[in-house]
Amino acid sequence: MGNKKGSWLTAALLAPTTLWFLIMLVFPLIVVVIYSFGERAPVGGYVASLTLEQYANLPSRLKAFTNTMTFAPLGALMCLIIAYPLAYYLAVKVSQRWKLLLLVLVILPFWTSMLIRTYAWIFILGGRGIPTLLEIIGIEGVRLINTPFAVVVGIVYGYLPLMVFPIYVSLDKLDKRLLEAASDLGSTPFRSFVQITLPLSMPGVATGCMLVFILLMGEFLIPAFLGGGKVFFIGNALVDLFLQSRNWPFGSAVAVMLVIIMLVTVSLYMRFTMGGKSGRDTSIM
Amino acid sequence: MVMRVYSFVVYLFLYVPIGIIVLFSFNSGRHASEFVGLSSKWYGKALSNPFMMDALTSSLIIAFSAATLSSIMGTTAALALQRMRGPVRVIFDGLIYISIMIPGIVIGIATLVALVTVFDILNPVLAAIWPDDNRPPKLSLGYISVIAAHTLFTMSLVIVLVRARITGMDRTLIEASQDLYATPWQTFCQITLPQISPAILAGFLLSFTFSFDDFIISFFVAGANTTLPIYIFSSIRRGITPEVNAIGTMVLVVSLTLLIIAQVLLRSRENKSSRDN
Repeated sequence: MGNKKGSWLTAALLAPTTLWFLIMLVFPLIVVVIYSFGERAPVGGYVASLTLEQYANLPSRLKAFTNTMTFAPLGALMCLIIAYPLAYYLAVKVSQRWKLLLLVLVILPFWTSMLIRTYAWIFILGGRGIPTLLEIIGIEGVRLINTPFAVVVGIVYGYLPLMVFPIYVSLDKLDKRLLEAASDLGSTPFRSFVQITLPLSMPGVATGCMLVFILLMGEFLIPAFLGGGKVFFIGNALVDLFLQSRNWPFGSAVAVMLVIIMLVTVSLYMRFTMGGKSGRDTSIM
Repeated sequence: MVMRVYSFVVYLFLYVPIGIIVLFSFNSGRHASEFVGLSSKWYGKALSNPFMMDALTSSLIIAFSAATLSSIMGTTAALALQRMRGPVRVIFDGLIYISIMIPGIVIGIATLVALVTVFDILNPVLAAIWPDDNRPPKLSLGYISVIAAHTLFTMSLVIVLVRARITGMDRTLIEASQDLYATPWQTFCQITLPQISPAILAGFLLSFTFSFDDFIISFFVAGANTTLPIYIFSSIRRGITPEVNAIGTMVLVVSLTLLIIAQVLLRSRENKSSRDN
């Protein structure tokens, strides 16, 4: 009897959350899918229909897709290259006393306003920032803002903390005795790193790359601020389609396609790198 | 040694841009290349700007509401989920995972499209059934839609944080309390709640920060309202003024303060449990 009372309580405790998930996540996603099969009304509204017209029209935004699919993996790779040595340093070299502080210092920027942090680079790379400083020492005509370079800098700056954290976690868990055993058996530090540390940190590397990749797929601010209309992502196309040109059925098809690409890449990626769901529980804080 | 220098350079990379924003918010000149002198005039300008103050008020109301809702719903859900196994639990874990991982832009679009569709259906109905025909209420996007959309993410965040705390909790205390004939409610108030409260508070602060800083979801679902990030975005679009540096500095100070408190709350447990081991 007490059990029955308990299950009523559980249901009551879960009810608000369940409603929220249904109304704010499941229902909206279904509506977007329905819209994506609809037609656009002459004034910009939606006409119910069952057509693949919107999907057939996707190639007209091909550039946004190819840009995203180039810059998202490239950005993740750049983050990985820069983050790995730092994560290694934090996990293996730093004393216990400083570890926590240094780790928190890496994570903090990620939770502060992405808008302000991206804006900082407009300020730094913009015409009156570094280029002006370069002119003072005699180098003229350097253009940094609104280039692919600026977009990559913005990406690395924005998402580096997200890459450091999971790699740090997997390196921190690594059993140091393995490295001692290897060196006792005559292995060089480099060989120990390649044969022990690197393979054992792969779950963290995979998680980090996946997190950065997924978030980059939906990025809008960085290309909007630092790409200057030359480098634009799917996110920029979506803002245009939903808020400016107001073609919601086509926009919905683009959004559905974005989610499909994301799901496919992530599941392929997980199958190849993790062989399961290990490492997925790495916390974000 | 090399690694040390390298790490130092990465930390510089992470913090110098933030530092530049703070530094130039006190610059009396207009541009990055001309640091003329110290002045707080841009703060004065920002704080006496009615549009910015309106946006700030909206952002604070939205962030406070989203954080409160998420703390309550996230905690109750975490408590309930901890008692559950089987398919319902798997479905919930999936929903939590999706709502954390799905890009904000997709949530923004989906909420916009769904709410506008529902409003388009409901508004004529409301107008038809409204008793006196002078002013039927008109549903539209606003604070509530932004709060609801933010809460989707932040609620899941609180669930994850509180659940981690529950898992790490000392179960013997609960058993002892039950053995001593405490009612479940007494056990909850005197044993469970004090142990999970730091996680709830940390969840509240993180939710507040997320909501306060979010641009992309609000951009889609705020309707005619302006939140602070939307205001900052449009002023940057219109052309950079040093006023943005001052507003940006204030935003950074707010979120950094809350984050540091949240970190202390979350880490205090980790220190304690690592000492126990």
